[in-house]
Amino acid sequence: MDYKDYYKSLGVKRDATQDEIKRAYRKLARKYHPDISKEASAAERFKEINEANEVLKDPKKRKAYDRLGSNWQSGEEFRPPPDWGGDTDFGAGGFSGSGAGAFSDFFESLFGQARGGGVGRGRSFSMRGEDQQAKVLIGIEDAYHGSTQTLTLQKPQMGQGGQVHMREQRLDVKIPKGIRPGQRIRLAGQGSPGHGEAPAGDLYLEVAFRPHPYYRVEGSDLYVDLPVAPWEAALGAKVKIPTPDGMVTLTIPADSKQGSKLRLKGRGLPAQEKGDLYAVLTIVLPSAKTKEEKSLYEQMAQEMAFNPRAHLGV
Amino acid sequence: MNSIAAGVLLDDTSSMSLSELCRQYAVQGEWIVSLVEEGILDPVGREPREWRFSEASCWRVSVVLRLERDLAVNLSGAALVLDLLEEVESLRQRLGARGK
Repeated sequence: MDYKDYYKSLGVKRDATQDEIKRAYRKLARKYHPDISKEASAAERFKEINEANEVLKDPKKRKAYDRLGSNWQSGEEFRPPPDWGGDTDFGAGGFSGSGAGAFSDFFESLFGQARGGGVGRGRSFSMRGEDQQAKVLIGIEDAYHGSTQTLTLQKPQMGQGGQVHMREQRLDVKIPKGIRPGQRIRLAGQGSPGHGEAPAGDLYLEVAFRPHPYYRVEGSDLYVDLPVAPWEAALGAKVKIPTPDGMVTLTIPADSKQGSKLRLKGRGLPAQEKGDLYAVLTIVLPSAKTKEEKSLYEQMAQEMAFNPRAHLGV
Repeated sequence: MNSIAAGVLLDDTSSMSLSELCRQYAVQGEWIVSLVEEGILDPVGREPREWRFSEASCWRVSVVLRLERDLAVNLSGAALVLDLLEEVESLRQRLGARGK
């Protein structure tokens, strides 16, 4: 198994005081808590931080851990020394109560005995399994019509020795029509197994939208940048725009400005409250490369009294 | 052959009773009442007996339990955290949407 450098996990020196360890732990726990941090590795880091704290906060465990010596590197192949533990009682550490979940093999081999060789053994206790969180990415079209997504989950499973190992499971999940980004779907009983007689936790799937080449989603509304020619904005025009439900003809009012939003009511996500689709006008200039193109522009420059910087006082 | 999982969309339709919610998380009614008092949960109905919680409440209860257990956050702190998380999520969406 791999050696774990607990001091490194908490970012403290080997001679840190208990106070320094507590402070470092508290700061890191806040930062990497899976409900707070959006980093993909947050849950794993949080586990590491908790395990490190479990050992370093307890003077007995810390002393024993220090005796392993400071020459180990995190990740190095490791075996506990033959004279480990012996008559040292690490105390009924029991359930740390924090970030409940399996400790690493490294921890279990050194301190596992404290809890009678595994979670739950030695004392009968029953606790609902942990809720798990996962993120699922869908396309905008999936939100319009609903879809089924296949998830591959790593499910913790309680082995015979009280050890927890991971098992892969594939689940087909129905994504309902009208789902909004950030909404969650609860899969009852698909979380971590419970201890004793208690039920398993739930799996919460957070739905996120894959970036789309031209739609943006905010809540239930869709936004699309709509490029228009200067004369279309100035004179008005009828243009076609794509919506997830098909092509729509949109009327650009005359004298439209850069950035104006044209609303297509009810063409956003079919959520509980139907969203809207907003076309955001972007005025795009035709090139001025050929003689003819240049002369058209020069004509405009000469014949139109137009100062775009008037408000700057220049 | 994959298992088919029936998920429940956490929207705002309110259907869970107080006792169902308590059973779900193995918590006491008084604790849920304190969450309602804190504004963390917003059931419809006038009295605890009539209260109906939305599916989205499940998620919030789940978060509060973890915050209490892992970060020693008290109820009013948890309420604040939930509000801020919502705001951050909304900002993130807007940034992600317009960041190009």
